[in-house]
Amino acid sequence: MVSTKRGLGGGVPLPPEGGRGNEGEGGGRHTVKVVRRPELTFWEKLYLPQILCGLKITFGHFFRNLFLHIAHRFGRLRHLRAGVTIQYPEELRPLMSRFRSRHRLTVREDDTPRCVACMLCETVCPAKCITIVAGEHPDPNVEKYPIRFDIDLGICVYCGYCVEVCPEDAIRMDTGILDLAAYSREEMQLDIHELMDPELRKPISECSLDFPHRCEVTGGGMKGSWDVLGQVEEEPRA
Amino acid sequence: MIEVLVIKFVLAAFVFFLVLNLAGFHTWMERKQSALIQDRIGANRASIFGFRMLGLFHGLADVIKMFTKEDIVPTGADKTLHALAPFFSVFFALVTFAAIPFGDRLILGDRVIVLQVADLDAALLYVFAMLSLGVYGVILAGFASRNNYAIMGGLRATAQMISYEIALGVSIVGVIMVYGTMNLGEMVRAQGHLIGGWIPMWGIVTQPVAFLVFVTAALAVTKRLPFDLPEAESEIIGYFVEYSGMKFGMFFLTDFLETIVVASLTTTLFFGGWQVPFLMPDGFHFPWGGELLVFNWVYALLGFASFSIKVLIFCFVFMQLRWTVPRFRYDQLMNLGWKGLFPIAVVNVVVTAVVLVLFGGTS
Repeated sequence: MVSTKRGLGGGVPLPPEGGRGNEGEGGGRHTVKVVRRPELTFWEKLYLPQILCGLKITFGHFFRNLFLHIAHRFGRLRHLRAGVTIQYPEELRPLMSRFRSRHRLTVREDDTPRCVACMLCETVCPAKCITIVAGEHPDPNVEKYPIRFDIDLGICVYCGYCVEVCPEDAIRMDTGILDLAAYSREEMQLDIHELMDPELRKPISECSLDFPHRCEVTGGGMKGSWDVLGQVEEEPRA
Repeated sequence: MIEVLVIKFVLAAFVFFLVLNLAGFHTWMERKQSALIQDRIGANRASIFGFRMLGLFHGLADVIKMFTKEDIVPTGADKTLHALAPFFSVFFALVTFAAIPFGDRLILGDRVIVLQVADLDAALLYVFAMLSLGVYGVILAGFASRNNYAIMGGLRATAQMISYEIALGVSIVGVIMVYGTMNLGEMVRAQGHLIGGWIPMWGIVTQPVAFLVFVTAALAVTKRLPFDLPEAESEIIGYFVEYSGMKFGMFFLTDFLETIVVASLTTTLFFGGWQVPFLMPDGFHFPWGGELLVFNWVYALLGFASFSIKVLIFCFVFMQLRWTVPRFRYDQLMNLGWKGLFPIAVVNVVVTAVVLVLFGGTS
C-alpha cells in the first residue's frame, strides 16, 4: 500500500469556537485538530491476513445462503431469507398505504362515477394530463358528470394533486398498479372505461358503462342513457 | 503409428471438450457464486420448456446472443489484426492444456497411455511460453482497434502481464529445484513420495512461499480481479472496447480459460496433480499399515477425479477471491509485482538452494 506519511502536517486551523476557551489566555489562538490518516500496520501491509478476513466474510455469506437455499428446496427454514432479491413479476413488494399508483374513478352505488366534473383536478394538474368533458346529470343535486374523462399517463407526474383537490373523493390513486409500460403513446392514454375499472387493459373489446358517455371503444360517439339505470325522474322544466 | 495418433487425438478432444465446457460452466458459477456472496439470487430466468435449471441455461443464451450479434469493426481498424487478436487469445490459452497431465498411466490391453496430451520434457517452459504469448492477443486487440482508449488498455495489460510473469517464473524455480525436473508428469510423480511416511510431498509442503507468490502472480497474469485493471468491466475502458459479438465473447472465454489454466497449474505444481494421498499405482498403502489394492483403471480414474476435484476447488477459490478483494490501483499493482512478489520469489529460490545443498534434496 502507498505510504501516507506525506502531506499530513498540521491539519487545518479551525475558526475559534464561539466564546469558549479562546479568550482566557493569549487571545486569538486557534484550536488545532491534527487529523492523522490511519497507517497500515505490518500485518495489514502483508495483505494475506486481511484477505483471509475478507474471505471469511464472503465464505460465511456463501455457505449460509447455500445452506438456506437448499433448506428452502425442502421447505425448511422458510422464515430465514437466503437473498434480498424480490422476484418481481411473481412476487411484489408490499406497497406503502400512501403509495401513489395508477388512478381510478370511484363510483356511486349505481356504478356511475362520483365525479361531478367540477374541473378542479384538470385545473390543478401541473402536467395537464387530465381532460374532462362535462355532461348534464339528471339529478339536480349532482348537476354535472363527466361524459369523457381521460388521463394521459405518458404525461402524468404522479403528484397526486388531483386526488387531494377532489371535493367528491371521486379520483384516487390506490389501485396498486405499477406496471405501466406500453408500446405506444396511445396505450398510455386512459379513458373513462379504464379509469372506472382498473382491471381493464387495452385493447378494450367491450363497453361496460351504461350512462351516457363518449365511448372510444365503440367508435367515438355518445353511448348509453340514464334510462337504463332507471333513476331518472322526469321533472318539469321551465 | 496411426493408433498413437488416434489416442492423442482422443485425448486432445477429451481435454478440449472438458475445458471448454468448464469455461462455459464458469459463467454460471460466477453469476451464482457472486449472487450467494452478495445475498442475491442470481440469473435464473433463461428456461428451456419451462425448466430453469438454476439458471444454467444463461450461459447457452449468452452464446446464442453473442453469435447472432452484429460484429462491428471500427472504420479505422486494421481488419486482419482486429479479427486475429481474439483468436490468438483463445488459441494460446487452449494449447496450454496440452502439457498438463490430468492422470497417470492408463493400461489398456498391452498399451500404456499417459493421460496427458503432450508429454514434453520442458513442459513447464512450454506452459509459461504459451501463457506469455497470450499477451499478443491483448496488445494486438488494443493496437488493431485504432482507438486510443483501447491501446492504452492494451499497454496497461501488457505491462501488468509482463511484470507478473517474472515473479511467476521465478517462483517456479524453487519448485523445479526441489523436484529436479521440468517435465510436469515427472514432477507430479515426484510429488507422490511421502515425507516420513505420512505427509505427501506436495509442492505446498515443500514450497509454501512459492505457492503464495505463484497464485498471486498467476491471478495477475490471467487479468482476474483483484488485478483486472486491463479490462475493469465497469470503470476503466479496456483493450476490447471495439469488440462485439463472438469476438468479444472469445476474450471473455480466454479469461475463464486462463483461470482454469492457472487452477490446473496450481494443482499440478503444488497440490500433487492427479496424486491421491497414499495411492500407489497398485492401490492404497496406508502409513498405518493397511492396504487396499485397486485395478489399474480404478487407479487412473481416481487420479483423474482427484485432479478434476482439485482444479474445481481452485476455480472456486479464485472466484471467491475475485468477489472478495477490491481492485488494486495501478501503482499499487506495479509495486506489489516488482517490490513485493519478485524479491520474495528470489529470496525463496536462494533459501531453497541453500537448504537443498545443506540437507540434500531429492534431486
